Amino acid sequence: MPELVVISGKGGTGKTSMVASLAVLARQAVLADCDVDAADLHLVLEPQIRRRQTFTGGNKARIKPGHCTACGKCEELCRFEAVYFDGPGNGQAPRTFRIDPAACDGCGVCVRFCADNAIEFGPAVDGEWFVSDTRCGPMVHAQLRPGAGNSGKLVSIVRSQAQQIARERGGGLILIDGSPGIGCPVIASITGASRVLAVTEPTLSGEHDLDRVFLLVRHFGIPVTVCVNKCNLNAEIAQRIERKAQAAGAAILPPIPYDSAVTDAQRKGMAVVELGDSPAARAIRQGWSALCQQIS
Amino acid sequence: MRIAIASGKGGTGKTTVATNLAWLASQNGLAAAYLDCDTEEPNGHLFLRPAIDQRREIVRMIPQVDPARCTLCGQCGEICQYSAIVCLEQKVLVFPELCHSCGGCALVCPAGAITETPRALGVVETGRCGGLGFVQGRLNIGEVSSPPLIRAVRQAAPPADLLLYDAPPGTACPMIETVRGADYVVLVTEPTPFGLHDLRLAWQVIKSLQMECGVVVNRALVGETEARQFCEQARIPILAEIPDILAIAEAYSEGKLAIEAVPGLQRIFARLLLDVTSAAGTNALPEAARRRLRSIADLRADPPGCGRPAPGAPSCLLALRGNPRAPNRARAISSPDP
Repeated sequence: MPELVVISGKGGTGKTSMVASLAVLARQAVLADCDVDAADLHLVLEPQIRRRQTFTGGNKARIKPGHCTACGKCEELCRFEAVYFDGPGNGQAPRTFRIDPAACDGCGVCVRFCADNAIEFGPAVDGEWFVSDTRCGPMVHAQLRPGAGNSGKLVSIVRSQAQQIARERGGGLILIDGSPGIGCPVIASITGASRVLAVTEPTLSGEHDLDRVFLLVRHFGIPVTVCVNKCNLNAEIAQRIERKAQAAGAAILPPIPYDSAVTDAQRKGMAVVELGDSPAARAIRQGWSALCQQIS
Repeated sequence: MRIAIASGKGGTGKTTVATNLAWLASQNGLAAAYLDCDTEEPNGHLFLRPAIDQRREIVRMIPQVDPARCTLCGQCGEICQYSAIVCLEQKVLVFPELCHSCGGCALVCPAGAITETPRALGVVETGRCGGLGFVQGRLNIGEVSSPPLIRAVRQAAPPADLLLYDAPPGTACPMIETVRGADYVVLVTEPTPFGLHDLRLAWQVIKSLQMECGVVVNRALVGETEARQFCEQARIPILAEIPDILAIAEAYSEGKLAIEAVPGLQRIFARLLLDVTSAAGTNALPEAARRRLRSIADLRADPPGCGRPAPGAPSCLLALRGNPRAPNRARAISSPDP
């Protein structure tokens, strides 16, 4: 089962618009939105949710104010700056400790070493994931609770659900929309994938961030294809990026021109290739034929 | 005074807002520093071109098990919430990439068999661009967890009246780690369905943290009201609208500061700086700096395309496309302002 993951390094280069168009052109690929903390693919593909499940990323610690003797052991041991000395007072101490849930990493060290057993430890609901139908095929997507951690774990769930659906269907392409950056969720979405498609833009930032994407895919040994979006914004940098991509051993897709059809399509809840003929749609169709050969 | 510049969606203009604000502040007598907390893809240096004078490696601690002392009791594996240390029948296995460096395993080990050894996570670089302080973090390739590095970036802040944190995109732990050190958050969005959807998510984070925030609409289009409607409903102030003009996108592509490439933008950024610093609820702005910023904010002429686009000022898309088919934008640019 080939897995194609679309990432970019820099945000806002056009990953999701690209994935939406590829989803239309692929006709019935299994889709996975692994940008779990700012998912947007559903805005275009309008999934009908068939199944939903809560996601528990891990546990969180909470101090029971009535039991805290303010000994300060939790604050001393916490490595996540999550313990504050501003909890309400009780009979034993005028002020108690409090754990900031946004900062708590769920390591459980404070729970284990609290001499007064004053700290509760329980699962936190960190989001939800969905299996849906779309006009372009089945889709697995998720919503990390805003502010929650453990995005990599949720990405892994989304990916493995997509793989399971693909297996049940007897194979076929899995098309994955990734996150910006090169950290936790990106690594979780690309490890073991068949190919990465890096969508970039001809700006110094786009170029700089793509360099780091090249290092990342080399680190994990994944073949990479590059597509320069909004290519006429700066023709010189666009050419330089393609030269660098070639030197890095990447395959190169036809560049996509800056085209208002892309935003128009987004506003209409459509992929740009569904909106009719446009320069961007033409470039993406050409790119798709090239990609098909690279994946097979 | 610490201001974080964040967004849900990537590529909306966080770095543009943060670098231009920082530069404008430092040019007008404020002791300011720019901190690039997007340690996965730091880009602020491309625009500020700092002279880096210190580079410090940041490590995180990973357990190392001494098999001669280990009694295979299994307590390390029990406390570890991340499956980073596993006790088998014959030996203990450590998976460094899963480890969150909480130190729990070393603390519980009754045999003293676990020591913590450093593993490189990334670097924090500090320097200056003229009068402006500069700090950035750079995560090593293949490392998963940026929050400890972001913490190190915040801790490396030089003494200053104004610190600007440039946040990574998203709404997960790296964004939280950046904004939770701030007094006020500026959320940058663009008036597209993706931009507004992710603005809503970012706003939910700020609300859950009980922090104050305001919105900057980047690539603002005349006649586009969705962002304004959302902000009115959610009662978030719109601090500034940066027009969608080609010159800004071109300057960005070449690593130039927008306020230098399009001098009229100084007015927008000066007003933004004044608003943000007063919204952050402090009077940290020295009187001389406030006077200078006020004069820039009030006296300079409107930049082309700012809110009321001058005839002939090319919108980014129209100019690049050279094709009048762009319906939304064409209408937006040619219709008279109501």
